Amino acid sequence: MYRWLLCFRYLKTRYIALASIISVTLGVATLIVVNSVMSGFSAEMHERLHGLASDVMIECHATGGMPDPDAHLREIERICGDVIVGSSVSVNVPAMLGIDFRGQQIGRHVNLIGLDPETYGKVSDFGKYLLHPENQKHASFLLRESGYAPDRKELRTAGWVHRRDRVAEERRIEKMVAQERRMMAELHGNANAKTSSQQDDSSTDAADDVVVDAAAGPSFGPTFSNELMEESGAELVATVDPMENQFPGIILGISTCSVRGRDENGEVIDHFYAQPGDDVRMMFPNASNDTKVMNQKFTVIDLYESGMSEYDSTFAFIRLDELQNARGMINPETGVRSVTTIQLKLAEGTDLNAVRDALRKRFPPELYAYNIQTWRDLQGPLLSAVRLETTILNILLFLIIAVAGFGILATFFMIVVEKTRDIGTLKALGASGRGVSSIFLTYGLLLGFVGSGAGLIGGLLFVDNINSIAGVVETITGQEVFDPTVYYFTEIPTIVHPFTLVWVMLGAVGIAVLASVLPAMRAARMHPVQALRFE
Amino acid sequence: MPTPIVLTTRGLKKSYHKDRIDVPVLRGVDLDIQQGLVTALVGRSGSGKSTLMHLLATLDRPDQGEVFFRGNRIDNAPRAVRDRYRNHEIGVIFQFYHLLPELSAIENVLAPAMISQSVWGYFRSRRENLRRAEAMLDRVGLLHRSKHRPCEMSGGEMQRVAIARALMTDPTLLLADEPTGNLDTETGKEILRLLADLNATDNMTILMITHDDEIAAAADVCWRMKDGLIQTEHEEGLSERLATHAA
Repeated sequence: MYRWLLCFRYLKTRYIALASIISVTLGVATLIVVNSVMSGFSAEMHERLHGLASDVMIECHATGGMPDPDAHLREIERICGDVIVGSSVSVNVPAMLGIDFRGQQIGRHVNLIGLDPETYGKVSDFGKYLLHPENQKHASFLLRESGYAPDRKELRTAGWVHRRDRVAEERRIEKMVAQERRMMAELHGNANAKTSSQQDDSSTDAADDVVVDAAAGPSFGPTFSNELMEESGAELVATVDPMENQFPGIILGISTCSVRGRDENGEVIDHFYAQPGDDVRMMFPNASNDTKVMNQKFTVIDLYESGMSEYDSTFAFIRLDELQNARGMINPETGVRSVTTIQLKLAEGTDLNAVRDALRKRFPPELYAYNIQTWRDLQGPLLSAVRLETTILNILLFLIIAVAGFGILATFFMIVVEKTRDIGTLKALGASGRGVSSIFLTYGLLLGFVGSGAGLIGGLLFVDNINSIAGVVETITGQEVFDPTVYYFTEIPTIVHPFTLVWVMLGAVGIAVLASVLPAMRAARMHPVQALRFE
Repeated sequence: MPTPIVLTTRGLKKSYHKDRIDVPVLRGVDLDIQQGLVTALVGRSGSGKSTLMHLLATLDRPDQGEVFFRGNRIDNAPRAVRDRYRNHEIGVIFQFYHLLPELSAIENVLAPAMISQSVWGYFRSRRENLRRAEAMLDRVGLLHRSKHRPCEMSGGEMQRVAIARALMTDPTLLLADEPTGNLDTETGKEILRLLADLNATDNMTILMITHDDEIAAAADVCWRMKDGLIQTEHEEGLSERLATHAA
């Protein structure tokens, strides 16, 4: 009984001991904050990575793809049909994106994906990362009138509105250029007329036409080779009135056609090279063994923003049949279309690696140019980097608490020395050595609880208000804590796992108790007579 | 008519070691303490009287010799037995009071009860303990200061609280090590009066260590220590006092 009373009294009167556990408090609070942010971050990342990739992906590396996807699917169904909840076929090809931006051509390397929006949405999150609210519900490859990302002022006019404005503007400029040329030609023509006068009136008109071409000279016209444009797009251009019609729809990853920066007020702002309504050019290899580059025009009908920079900066989506047609992935005899990728969505809780291994056994890499991977394999290095980071941070922070433990050890030794006479008194009153040592062990336990409890509360409060705290830090230092241009999260994600809290608490209390073991043993061993004589 | 003997020592020897030189403090002490008497142990400082008291309280162990409490040897008894002996059978009063500074007067008095009982046991008999502690504080005349900390009390008051604490577990024997040594004469006399009163009314056996001959003279039995040995024993007036006790 006396040990509890004395512990509480010591706790109330020995502020130096409380000071010694501030480091425990800070350590615990930091551990909780770091773990919450890291797990929030990695959960967000897991969710995104998993959302973007299907559970299992079978990729064919041959340019022609796998010939009969239905037969493949039937075979896969036979192997692991009971856990498959969805499947989708697609064609993935490396491609070059060409954007005409104010007369300059911008080239980007992209991963062009031909997909079927119906089944693709079942195996991975696709629609929800599109900008237009209607496309999020049901992705179509047709340009919408307007209403893309209402909260982005840069895309306010995106859609048909933008397209018509742009075409009208282009035509106006074209007209002006033509007028200018005509004026130049007229000036030129007059000069000609003066030098070689008295020609036939009818022939002057013909000469004028020739001069128009000759005098065109350098202009703000496209630097893109005209030959390329004519090769495949020419006949389409002939039939498409850009005011009324669109080219086949394409969805671009948002970073393929934009750069992110800050305006003079420090606000994050995106500059778009192309936005929904603009036409872009896509160059990709065809499927024949004698590979040729195909070149086609597409109309951007939406943008794709997943928050994963790797995906946003390399993906471009068009319709599956469009890509199959363009690449010639149709068997002319049977009419069967090939694909390059099969994606599988498996039932919740399925052992992905087992399914992957079963499929690998059926399609051994020695025979097939197939790469079969789970989404974890795809993102393995990233996931393990985050895991390693979390582990190392935990070890480091526990070391901090361990250092705090030495502080407790020193403080407790001082308290034991200070309490030497009291220890002698207690022994003279019949207290056992174990009883005396348990005073200090209990004291350590209580201090551990108080310290880590305060750290727990502080840490949880910090996590709860982390975004406003980040805001305050930003206003004080002027430095952005969580830069949305880097992370694509507007808020710091946090997840508090009760299990982690329990572990951190137990660890901290354990260290406090361990640190009090030595001083307690010293107190227990103290000779009562010497203790009583101690001055 | 001799009263029963409470505490006996036979051939107690104790020396301290300093730089491999033995400094003998006790050189064979034989002592009997009779129940119901005030026994004084007089000696100059360094004569070994405090060491003897520590041996009697089992706070230290003799190099040679034995200590018997009511005929049972206790100097080499197991730890738990000695702890219980200190807690239950004897009450110790020190020159420097040795109250616990974090506890109030009443809590200091309660300390021996708390030490002997588990948390649960203590709470079960809390009322009883509290009543007993209050009675003891009342006995020493300090009930009105039960909530005060030692640092708020005078030396005499602290010593009285220490006496109340020593009485808490209703011991057979009070061991007082220079109880007035740190007090002025007047306050010291009050403490002595209190001890004498305890002896008179409750028939408490008291062993008092002092260097003051005047105090020693007032005791029933007086032993004189010199150089680690009991030198003389003068029992003037003992027979009369025994007679008064018997009456």
